[in-house]
Amino acid sequence: MRLFSWRFIRVWQRNRDVFFGLWHAEAPGFLAEPIIILLAMGLGLGAYVGLVDGQRYIEFIVPGLIAGYAMFSANFECTYGSFFRMEYQKTFDAIIATPLNIEDVTAGEIFWGATRSVLTGSVMLAVAAAFQLVHSPWALLIPIICFLEGILFSAIALFFTSVVPSIYSFNYYYSLFITPMFFFSGVFFPLSSFPEIVQTLSWAVPLTPVVYITRAVIGGEFQPGLLGALALIVALTVLFFSMSLVTMRRRLAT
Amino acid sequence: MVVIKTQNLTKNFGDVVAVDDVSLEIEEGECFGLLGPNGAGKTSLIRMITAVSPSTNGEIWVLDSDLQSHSRQVKAVLGVVPQVDNLDPDLTVLQNLLTFARYFDIPKVEAHRRSMEVLRLFQLEDRCKSRIRELSGGMRRRLLVARGLINSPRVMVLDEPTIGLDPQAKYLVWHKLTELKSQGVTQLLCTQNMEEASALCDRVAIMHQGRIMSLDAPAKLISRYVGEVVWEIELNSEERDKTINGLESHGLDFEVVGDKIHIFHVKDDELTSGVLDWRKAMRRAATLEDVFFRLTGRSLAE
Repeated sequence: MRLFSWRFIRVWQRNRDVFFGLWHAEAPGFLAEPIIILLAMGLGLGAYVGLVDGQRYIEFIVPGLIAGYAMFSANFECTYGSFFRMEYQKTFDAIIATPLNIEDVTAGEIFWGATRSVLTGSVMLAVAAAFQLVHSPWALLIPIICFLEGILFSAIALFFTSVVPSIYSFNYYYSLFITPMFFFSGVFFPLSSFPEIVQTLSWAVPLTPVVYITRAVIGGEFQPGLLGALALIVALTVLFFSMSLVTMRRRLAT
Repeated sequence: MVVIKTQNLTKNFGDVVAVDDVSLEIEEGECFGLLGPNGAGKTSLIRMITAVSPSTNGEIWVLDSDLQSHSRQVKAVLGVVPQVDNLDPDLTVLQNLLTFARYFDIPKVEAHRRSMEVLRLFQLEDRCKSRIRELSGGMRRRLLVARGLINSPRVMVLDEPTIGLDPQAKYLVWHKLTELKSQGVTQLLCTQNMEEASALCDRVAIMHQGRIMSLDAPAKLISRYVGEVVWEIELNSEERDKTINGLESHGLDFEVVGDKIHIFHVKDDELTSGVLDWRKAMRRAATLEDVFFRLTGRSLAE
């Protein structure tokens, strides 16, 4: 495995310029959808849901929606987005003919995906705060958590992107991995509602520790499990980041 | 001074040997042509020299740096014009150049100056705000060449830079490449266009099945493999057999190409002495294309 250099920032800058040049094409989907879900589920479904501790349902789902949609942003960026740049636009081939190496491209894509997570998470936090659904100042840590989460999911997504034969393979990734994870990680209902075996399995999917942490900082209630959740995120990040450095080189250096 | 040097360079794709033990030396300031049919290994060779594809075996030095250990430094002085259009369709023409300049760490003001300069050079300055998809194929190709100049490279590596260009644009690109050469920019030019190779290259290597079949100045290759002139004669099958017998008995060098016979290395007075009905024959200047066919055959390589 070779490491990336500071030059990854050049790839990040390229993606940033494209995003802010075209933000009106992408932003509505990424911002409108979570807000619609928040209001529809929170107010609509929430009218029928009574939580044990008397918390309003719409308040309960805020941390999970922030974590979940931040995850989607990173994933879309580093699956469809990266695949398009790599296979159809040949953008990576152009970049690696300059002083940048494949590892710089890999890291640039991952850090850009993480930036998308931060943007999504921050806007959602602001919206939730505007609806007076956020009560703890610790919630200001959300952008940092979204950044860590974004690196993790961008690395997982880019690893998958580097090994798939075609863009249609992403159907499996989303329907068998991402979407189930969204529902089994404590976003919409507490994990304790599941049978014990499902609860244990839930901790094997990487969104669960993230939701656990966002719930803690938005509620301002800290449990001892927090450090464990953070350690899990870091460990998975190191694992998938390293793997994507290797597999991206294998894919591009032919 | 040798600018690009390869030693026993080999590239395998599974069982297929794309580049087979190639050793080359390209001198500073020369335009070095790489000719060969499709699948001869030209692009594979170029991709290794530009550090985007690892070699299976052998070594490469560019400007005395070992490519393996100094790929960033080498890539910083190379101007690469790829065969496949990989302009960035998410950006405008000018943004393409500015973004590319940033990959080379060229400061903003300087990047802008150079971008406008190369756009003017290829008559694209009116299109600087256009999106890539709004450009014609010829404009894209010109922009691709322009982009290769953004880092003021000491060495240019061009993979079929004029493919798909109309004659006007082709001559514009040739003219600019000639100018760059006179400024001391070394060029490695991969092409299928024999006219281009003759017009631009000081030396050409003809590649076939991963190997270099021959390497010399275009004029020397022509005189070595076909002579200064080629006689072509088109005959029906009856006359043809007779003529072939005649040519063989006189020990002449010829090749049967469909209905035609090409005769090489021949003095005009050798043909008038009853070998063939020379009124049906046509005399023309020999070209690099004749050499190409002699060395790589007439059947499709792929």
